[in-house]
Amino acid sequence: MTEAIRTEGLVKTFGRTRALDGLEMSVHTGEVHGFLGPNGAGKTTTIRILLGLTRADAGTAQLLGGNPWSDATALHRRLAYVPGDVTLWPNLTGGEVIDLLGRMRGGLDKQRRADLLERFDLDPRKKGRAYSKGNRQKVALIAALASDVELLVLDEPTSGLDPLMEEVFREAIRDEQRRGDRTVLLSSHILSEVEALCDRITIIRDGRAVETGSLADMRHLTRTSIRAELSAPADGLAALPGVHHLHAEDGKVSFDVDTEALDSALRQLTAVGVRSLVSQPPTLEELFLRLYDRKGEAAPRGSGAGAEVAR
Amino acid sequence: MNELVGTGRLVRLILRRDRVLMPLWVVWIAIIPIGYVASINGLFPTAAGRQTYADESAHNAGFVALYGRLFGSSLGELVAWRAGFIPVAIGLFTILTVIRHTRMEEETGRRELLGATVVGRYAGLAAAVLTTCVANLVLGALVALGLMSQDLPAAGSWALGLEFAAAGWMFAALAAVVAQLTASARSARSIAIVVLAATYVLRLAGDISAIGSGAVSWLSWLSPIGWVQRIRPYGGDRWWPLALAVGVTAVLVWVAVALSARRDVGSGLLASRPGPASAGAGLRSPLALAWRLHRGLLLGWAVGFALLGIVFGGVAKSVGDMAQDNQTFADIVARVGGTAGVIDSDLAGSIGILGLIAAAYAIQATLKLRDEETSGHAEPVLSTATGRLRWAAGHLLFTFLGPAVALLASGLAMGITYGSTAHDVGGQVPRLVAGAMAQLPAVWVLAAIAVLLFGTLPRLSPVGWGALAACLLLFLVGGAVRLDQWVMDISPYTHLPHLPGGEVTATPLVVLTAVAAALAVVGLAGLRRRDMPTP
Repeated sequence: MTEAIRTEGLVKTFGRTRALDGLEMSVHTGEVHGFLGPNGAGKTTTIRILLGLTRADAGTAQLLGGNPWSDATALHRRLAYVPGDVTLWPNLTGGEVIDLLGRMRGGLDKQRRADLLERFDLDPRKKGRAYSKGNRQKVALIAALASDVELLVLDEPTSGLDPLMEEVFREAIRDEQRRGDRTVLLSSHILSEVEALCDRITIIRDGRAVETGSLADMRHLTRTSIRAELSAPADGLAALPGVHHLHAEDGKVSFDVDTEALDSALRQLTAVGVRSLVSQPPTLEELFLRLYDRKGEAAPRGSGAGAEVAR
Repeated sequence: MNELVGTGRLVRLILRRDRVLMPLWVVWIAIIPIGYVASINGLFPTAAGRQTYADESAHNAGFVALYGRLFGSSLGELVAWRAGFIPVAIGLFTILTVIRHTRMEEETGRRELLGATVVGRYAGLAAAVLTTCVANLVLGALVALGLMSQDLPAAGSWALGLEFAAAGWMFAALAAVVAQLTASARSARSIAIVVLAATYVLRLAGDISAIGSGAVSWLSWLSPIGWVQRIRPYGGDRWWPLALAVGVTAVLVWVAVALSARRDVGSGLLASRPGPASAGAGLRSPLALAWRLHRGLLLGWAVGFALLGIVFGGVAKSVGDMAQDNQTFADIVARVGGTAGVIDSDLAGSIGILGLIAAAYAIQATLKLRDEETSGHAEPVLSTATGRLRWAAGHLLFTFLGPAVALLASGLAMGITYGSTAHDVGGQVPRLVAGAMAQLPAVWVLAAIAVLLFGTLPRLSPVGWGALAACLLLFLVGGAVRLDQWVMDISPYTHLPHLPGGEVTATPLVVLTAVAAALAVVGLAGLRRRDMPTP
């Protein structure tokens, strides 16, 4: 499997702030890769390094087989970028900006441009200063999606879009997915969006990757929550390793269970007799919150987070 | 009074945001007239000496064009007259400050953020105008106290201080009106500055007419700058023009408030029209984009320079006529090489002023690059197949060639207007065009300093204006204070030939151009290496 993006030990400091602290990341060619993290985690800094706008202090980054800093111009022919906060030239119309950016990238699919304008319901004749935030975002999105490129780098692209347009965006990304040859790096903190679109995910915190893999992989690393109505009290449950937050009341139990202990916990339940059972895989949101919950626990840098992934 | 709730807090916000900039321009401008006292005292220690100087200057069209009319020969009057350009500088800073805190706030959406808090409808406008007017009053007081400390009469000193303050008030109110008209701060700034330039040109045309035939001397009365100069500090201290200025300020503020009541936040009274749905075939390169972004600026500067050229060219002949009428003056004229010599030196002086103004354009065009990167406009362009140097090159073309176009326009206009009065268009056009173009190497040095700062120390880019301010200061007071030659040599303008009429040697022009090229190359090398700022 080839890699569209690979970073190793990426470090970037701004004054005393360490924005990136040894970031490891790998995006496979042809996948939609979610890049998750709260504000200030280092997502935008990473993207700016990948685009050659900022130089890393240490570590290496590879983009489409080249060096993002020294081969910037050549690489940029093969990618399109949508910033999180799009500003447009006040005296150029949206249509002009779409065409200009497309041409400077090396070409625009006219048919696709018209199609996207219609789907996103954008009036291309307005001047840049007259667009709302959501409409400015659409201009940049259409410019990127209508370009014939191998890699789309999207930095929180849906901020400011309404739910209808958000759905249009998801549809457009699914189209890309079906084509199969385009790689998408989607930075976001909208978890449902990432959950709906992404093949694999990297979660970063304080400038380091704390989790990476498919959503299924990640779920595997965490707990399923179980609620059940039982015929009799389930005495052995509390003693089982891997069972957490157990509440038992009037023949109802609820608990979270580690994936490796799921089988033994269910055996325990069926042994008692199950009347009803609800099992819920952890949502990405829960995963995310749990990862960030640990922040206060002073997880040892280096070993702690890494071990979590390797477990 | 609900409409003004929160004004006090907004004033504090403005003071916090402008805590460096505002004191800087207020003090910088206030120091200039105080410096004139020492310089004029040094040059003309006796009353007789001042009288001769005043007699000559009062009828020198070039001086009258630049500073205004001179009616007496006391030290105070000469200082006030020499400071005649200061109301324009005050107007400029005032306009920039008011627009920055009104229309700019709306365009960026910050006004909306504040507007949703407990802030009255007119509080933003009121705070901007009030703060700027008080800043102008402080400036006036500094001038008055400074001049009194130099033993000038108190009444006249206060008259001059209030003349400056009143000019500031009128332009603050004017800017408040203009800020209501357009949705973009950039257009608002342009409109206000064009009006400022027009008031200067009206004053200039009227005053020059007054020392000649007087046919259109009433033009000065159409100009706020003309009004405040009619206060005549130290020479009568007439207070009624001050009342006129205060009245006009009040009316303009009222108009601004009325206009602002008639529109929505964020919109302007001049509606913006829809544009093309797709880009023209030519809009496909960084250069084409730069042309779109710079063409308005280039046109404005070229037209402005052509107008100045017409004025300077039109005035030159009358300087020569004066030399023939006035015996004392004629003696001086004979020494500098006859009437032709006087006219040439007058034209050369005008061209020197144009050269300094052209550098302002060059720096403004360079700072557009900084503006593009901090506003986030550069990021999408640089993430296409456009390298940094190509991106910068598009803008720098205007930095280095834009002033050439402007100077060419002024040279042509001077040549045609002066040539037609002297019945020698064919001869004067090439001389004056060459003279104007000879300013370019010095303009390029200042532009290159801005490029150097932008490339290597981007946060300090605006310091490029400081370099121009230093050259301007040396130009305005250097000769009068008799600074050492090495101090004068710091300014690239010192090394230019005085054309037309002066001797030309290639060396300084070549050296200045080489210095400019070297500075620009270092700046661009810095740009390739550094991080682009996060918008």
